[in-house]
Order: sequence, then C-alpha cells, then structure tokens
Amino acid sequence: MLKIAKYIVLDIVRSKVLIAYTLLLLAISLAIFMADADVTKGLVSITTVIMIIVPLVSIVYATTYYFNAAEFTELLVSQPISRKNILMGKFIGIGSSVLVAFVIGICIPVVIFAFSATGLTLMISGCLLTLSFVSLAFLTSTLTRDKAKGIGLALMLWFYFSILFDGLVLLFLYSFADYPLEKAMIVLAALNPIDLARILILLQLDISALMGYTGALYQQFFGSGAGVAFSLGMQALWIGVPLLLALRVFKKKDL
Amino acid sequence: MEKIIEIEGLKKAFGKLQVLKGIGCAFERGGVVSILGPNASGKTTLIKSILGMVVPDEGTILFKGKPVINTFNYKRHIGYMPQIGRYPDNMKIGQLFRMVMDIRQEDTALDTDLLKEYKLESMYHKTMRTLSGGTLQKVSAALAFMFNPDVLILDEPSAGLDPFAAEALKEKIIDEKMKGRLVLVTSHILSEADEISDNILYLIEGQISFYKSLHTLKDETGEHKLSKALTKFLNLQEC
Amino acid sequence: MRALSLKICLLLLMPAIVRARTINVAPHTAVASLKQAVGQARNGDTIIVGQGTYISANTIIDKALTVLGRNRPVLDARYQDEVVTITSNNVTFDGFVVRNSKTGSMRDFAGIRLSKVQNVTVSNNTLLNNFFGIYLSDCDYIRVLNNHLSGSNDLENSGNGIHLWKCKYVLISGNYVTRHRDGIYFEFAKKSTIENNLSEKNIRYGLHFMFSDDDTYIRNTFRNNGSGVAVMYTRRIKMLHNTFTRNWGGSIYGLLLKEISDAQIEGNQFTRNTTAIYMENTERITVTKNDFNANGWAIRVLASCYDDHFTNNNFEGNSFDATTNGSLKENYFSNNYWDKYEGYDLNKDGIGDVPYRPISLYAQVIEQNPQSVMLMRSFIVNLMDKVERAVPSVTPETVKDDKPMMKPWKR
Repeated sequence: MLKIAKYIVLDIVRSKVLIAYTLLLLAISLAIFMADADVTKGLVSITTVIMIIVPLVSIVYATTYYFNAAEFTELLVSQPISRKNILMGKFIGIGSSVLVAFVIGICIPVVIFAFSATGLTLMISGCLLTLSFVSLAFLTSTLTRDKAKGIGLALMLWFYFSILFDGLVLLFLYSFADYPLEKAMIVLAALNPIDLARILILLQLDISALMGYTGALYQQFFGSGAGVAFSLGMQALWIGVPLLLALRVFKKKDL
Repeated sequence: MEKIIEIEGLKKAFGKLQVLKGIGCAFERGGVVSILGPNASGKTTLIKSILGMVVPDEGTILFKGKPVINTFNYKRHIGYMPQIGRYPDNMKIGQLFRMVMDIRQEDTALDTDLLKEYKLESMYHKTMRTLSGGTLQKVSAALAFMFNPDVLILDEPSAGLDPFAAEALKEKIIDEKMKGRLVLVTSHILSEADEISDNILYLIEGQISFYKSLHTLKDETGEHKLSKALTKFLNLQEC
Repeated sequence: MRALSLKICLLLLMPAIVRARTINVAPHTAVASLKQAVGQARNGDTIIVGQGTYISANTIIDKALTVLGRNRPVLDARYQDEVVTITSNNVTFDGFVVRNSKTGSMRDFAGIRLSKVQNVTVSNNTLLNNFFGIYLSDCDYIRVLNNHLSGSNDLENSGNGIHLWKCKYVLISGNYVTRHRDGIYFEFAKKSTIENNLSEKNIRYGLHFMFSDDDTYIRNTFRNNGSGVAVMYTRRIKMLHNTFTRNWGGSIYGLLLKEISDAQIEGNQFTRNTTAIYMENTERITVTKNDFNANGWAIRVLASCYDDHFTNNNFEGNSFDATTNGSLKENYFSNNYWDKYEGYDLNKDGIGDVPYRPISLYAQVIEQNPQSVMLMRSFIVNLMDKVERAVPSVTPETVKDDKPMMKPWKR
C-alpha cells in the first residue's frame, strides 16, 4: 500500500501540475499577506480562497490523476496486490501530494504571517477539506468509466457543495422561517464538508456576531469541545465514507 | 497432468451485452493453449476474468484448486502481457521494472532472457511516454516472463512486434512450455498459433465452440494447417 | 492697622485650629467603634480607624470630619442595615473596606450613602457585597475616587455600583466596579465627569444614563457587561476615548443609545462587541474618530434616527459594518475607512472614487431571517453581496459613504 503511494507521489512530483498548484496557492497567500498589513483581513481573504479553490482543485486534480493513472491501476491489478491496497495506496499517494501542496501553499505562509487560533483553525479545516474532496474524487472516479464523465461529475459535486447547497439552505430557511431551525441547521451543516470547515473558521472570525441571539446556539454547540469534536468527526466521515464507498465500487469494478 | 486452472459456468455481462455465456474448461501444466475466436467472442474477457481484472457475474475459477475471485495471491504465479501495454507516462523503463520487482518482492531468480534479447537494459532511462508501440510490447513481454511464473497469459503477444522480436517471443514461449509451464495465448494470427499451440480453445459469442488438441483437430479434419482445419471444422459444425 | 487686625483674627482662630483633634479608633480600646468616635468628634476633627473588623449597622457621619482607615479596617453591616451614611458637607472618607449591606426591595440599602451633601470625597475604599455600592442622592461637588466595588452578582439582589440621583458636578474617577446591576448609574445627574474607571462583568450595564444631561465620560473601559454603556433620554453627553470590549450576547451592545440628542462620540475603541453601537430615536449625534474592530455589527441604526453623522472612523474586521430595520434616511457617512471597501482611487487622493455602502444585502437577509447567520462567508452570500453592491436594489439607497478612505486612519 505505502509502496504504491510512494510511486504515485514520485509520479506526481514529476508531472509538475501539482507544483503549479502549490505555487498558485503560495502566490495567493503571499500576495494577500504582503499587500495588507491587517492579518485578520488576510485570513478572511484566504478563507474565501480555501472555500472555493481548494475543493475545486482537490477534486478535479484527484479525478484527473485517477483516470490518467488508469494504466497504472491495470498494471497493478494484474500483480499480486489486493484491490483494497491498490485503492488505498492511490488515495494515500494522491491525498498526501495534494495535502503537501496545501501545507506549503497555505499553512506555511499562515504560520509565518498570521499564526493564531484563527490561523490554526483555518489550516486544520483546509487540510480536512482537501482530503474530503480527494475522497469524493475517488468516489466519482470509481463510479464513472471515462475521464470526461468523471471530471464532469467531479465539477458537479464541487458546484453543489460550494454554491448550490448553501443556496438551497437559504431557500429552506426562507420557506420555514417560522419554525425553530437551529438544530436542523446543525444537521444541514454536517451534510456539507465546506460548511463544516467554514463554520469552524466562523467561530474564530465572527464570534462577536455569533454570540448574538441566533448565533449563540451555534456558538454554544460548535464552540464547545463536543461541538468541535462533532465537526471534526463529521469532517473525518466526509473523508472516510466516500472512500469506503469508492472501495466497495472498486472491488467489483471491471478494468 | 495436474489441472492448474479450472473454470466452471463462467458468465459475464457488460450492461445488456452478455459477453461470456457459461464457460467451463480446464488448463493443465506444460502446454500452450491458443484461445481463438472472432472479434468480440469474449477472449479478452475470459483472460481478464482469470486475472481478476474483470469480476464475473457467475461461475467459479480455481487456480491450483483454490477459488480466485476476490483473492490476489495467486497472481504471484501468473505473468500477464496485455494486448496494449499501457504504463504510467512519466515512468522510465528501468523504474518500471524496479517498481514491479519492488511490489512483487519475489525471492526467485529473475528471468532476464527477454530483457537481454530485446536490449531493454540499454533503454532504461527512456520514459514510457516516448516509447513506440513495439517497444512497449517488448517491455510487456519482458515483464510477463520476468518472475518465472507457472502460468503465462499473453493477450495478442505478437501484435506490433517486429518479426525478429516475434520470433524470439515464440521461442521463449516454447522454452517455457518445455519447463512445464502453462501458456495461454490469444491470437488472430493462425499461422503463429499453428506453430506453438498444443491445444486450441475456440470461442464464439461467449461460448466454447470447441476445445481440442491441435493434433486432434488436424486429424479430425484431415488438414495440415490450422487455418484450413479450422475453416473446415467450423463449416462441418454448421451443417 | 490692617496687619494688626489680621493678627487678631489669627489669634481668635487659634483655639479652633488647636482644638482640631485626632481621634484614634481601635478594637478593645476606649474608642472601639467609628460610631463612638463620630459621637465624640467635632467639625474639623480627624478620625483614624485602625486595623480590625467593626460592626457598623449604619454609622452616620453628620459632622465635617476626615475619616481615614489605616491598614484597611473593615466596616461590616452583617446584612442588617446600610454601612455608612454621610449627611454632612466637607467629609473625607478614605481607606476602608465596607461590606455586607442589607439587601431588599423596600429600600436601596447602600455601602456608603451620601445624602444632600456637598464637597465630600469618598476615596480608596473597597466595597464588597453591598446591595448598592456608593449611593449619592441630592449631592453636588462630590468626588468618588479610586474605589473598588464588587457586588454580589446576584440577579435579584444586586443594586448599582455607583448610583447617582439628582446630583451635579460629581467627579467619578479611577474606580473599578464589577458584579453589580449597573456599574455606574446616573439619574438626573448633570454636569458630571466619569473618567478612567473600569467597569466589567456587571449584570446590566457598565454605565447607565437616564435623564442626565451635559455629562462627560472619558477614558473608561467597559468590558464584558450585560451591555457596555446605555445612554437614554439625555442630551449633550460627551463620550470620549473609552474602550468598549467583549460585551457579548443577544441584545447586548457596546453602546446603547436611546432617545438622546446632541451627543458626541469620539475617539472610542469598540472591540469584539456583538453590536458596537445601537441607536434608536437619536438626533444630531456625531460619531467620529472611533475604531470599530471585530464586532458582530459595528453600528445598528434604526430608522427612527435623524441627522447623525459618522465620520473619520475605522471599520475593520467586523462581521457587518451596519444594519438598520427599515429605510434609513438623513444619517450621514463620510471619510470613514471600511476594510470591506473594494473601490479604487484613480486620482490618488486617498479617497475612494466610488461610494461604499455599509449595509450589505446579507445583513438585510439576516435581519429578516436570523437563522441564516450560518451562511456567513459562504460563496453564495459573497456573491449576493457583490451583486447587490454593484446594482443596489434591496439595501437602503441613501446609506452610503461617498468619501470612503483607502487606508485606515492612524490615531
């Protein structure tokens, strides 16, 4: 498993696409921190980037790479290795590469320029978000047979989670404005990894507003140890569940 | 003779298309079996089922008496040469060999005959992307034989190989057979099958049309060449 | 002749000066209580109370005395009565621990009560567990300096820390007030000054004005109170260089303004309040040179406010810069720095060329649907806000800063 991961990492490093992504993130975060002396404002800008670019690149890159490495998978399948190890090896390989890109591109600048509770939350959320979208990429890749469909599905998922979902939530809130929806909102938030990451960051950046009448419940919930554990746990599920589903599909898949 | 692979009631459909419709046969040690048949008769699917690349809908495949579905250790004893060898683009030939060695981790001495024959060692630094189709086939062939497997599965092995390379491969196949190995070959080139085969497995539309020794086939039809014997036999069957 | 008469006058005064005695109070001595000492004293005397704990069920100081505590003597009312009441002018009361006044809804029991007096100084005392801390009624020219007041933090049985009723010319300086209902409370208290106090963790307001005109509060800190400061039904209050911080929660404000006019709010620091300034029925308020940092809502101005001016402020890191409840008119914004401003400055004069609209669409959405606070900073919300800023349709047309600053003001 780790051997496969190792070869995938070596391959990814040679392909330069991910290096470009790393440099892009690095350029964005450095530009933000250099241009503005206000660290909090910088973190806000970076949060926006993380909520959009990181899921997009993670899912599209992982899907593309998955399909580009189809030959490699075929080669491996004819070798005495279990399919589980092949898929997990691929996940570790691709996941760790994209994660390293995030760490170099975002985490290091944040540590240097804006190390704080907010910065730390942002780093952790970003890492989990990266992995959950790589995991989702594996699901889309195993579910589809050709690259175009796979990338199409990946883009749709990204669009759904980063834009559509929140739009639907807003619609839902307006439709049921007369009901107490706090608990429902917590459940809804758990249904979207981007929202989970965003709320963890919100608790740092917008604590003052969240302490207000409506937000207090969220603050109490997500701000408590149990709430943080809950959202981290849900994030972990967003990494684990799509990957397990992908594994189930992959075990029965014809190559 | 020990039966090394036994297949029973193998069925496989891709969507609505039933590709294998209940295949049952057994392969023994020490022989070359040519799997023949028209296009889309299920040859590759059969091979891929044995390799576990395709998961069959029904039926069993035994390898040395053990069912193979959802297992992988038996692949240690198989060398596979795909129809079109496709490898990670950015990988160099040398790295590919080293990687497969690394993954398989076999203690047995490596068979580097083809490696030498095809002079692949001098091309170790070339990346897979830059290779011609023929060279890729050479790489695939060398890989298949490298670990001294008990069973060799070769999917259209000579397609794309130059005549010398094809000849070398043929000799290698016969060599391995003599060592008591089972070689499964699919091919469209009947003359080639004629030269190396001990047995012929003929598939039509996902079913076994016949499975006989080359010798028997020729005797039954009274022909000396496989191509003619085959045509005659099939015509006879239709009548 | 004139020199002589001066000498005679001095001679006549001598006995008075000579007779100004010092009375010492200590436990287990002839003078074992403050009450006893006050009984023996005459105007102008000094009473020095030594270390110890003295039962003091409402000791009344009805003479012009200087009453000093040495080594922090304790006056304890054991929840029976008030502790000390000053009913004479020209008293100094300094250096005591005053504790455990009676509580109850019938009367406002206090630690130190000043009633209808002038020129009194209450300084350096520690007031613990009193219903009301220092209670001034009908007093002028009073100084309340460097006291430390800590109430019971009991929702039912807490009075105000420093309570003024019908006073003028009072100076309240350097005090620390906590765990009371209102830290400092002014009702009909005029022309007074509150400076350098720290008021934190009070149940209701850090500082509360009712019907009190022409007061100034300056360089105070209000932290973590039910609300920082409430100014209601008053005119001409100056609020200068104060710090309002972490006044957190639903309906909790840094500064709450209601039915006031002609106030000046300048140079204050608002940090991490749920709502920094809330304004209802205000007229002619100037809000200038303040810093709003990391608040939930920097300013909430209701539609009932007129002719208020917001200039030269810095708005940075607030979740929302401004909200209102309807169509806000005749309130003016200019030359503020807004960190959310995304305009440009082609002529490089430091002022943005396009106006900034401090009320975002999402702020309006939250106004109607508070639950949607969960969507803050989501892509869809950012998108909505950007579209609305480009083509305003829902947000009040007139609320805008035509001269937004490109860089924050340096103070």
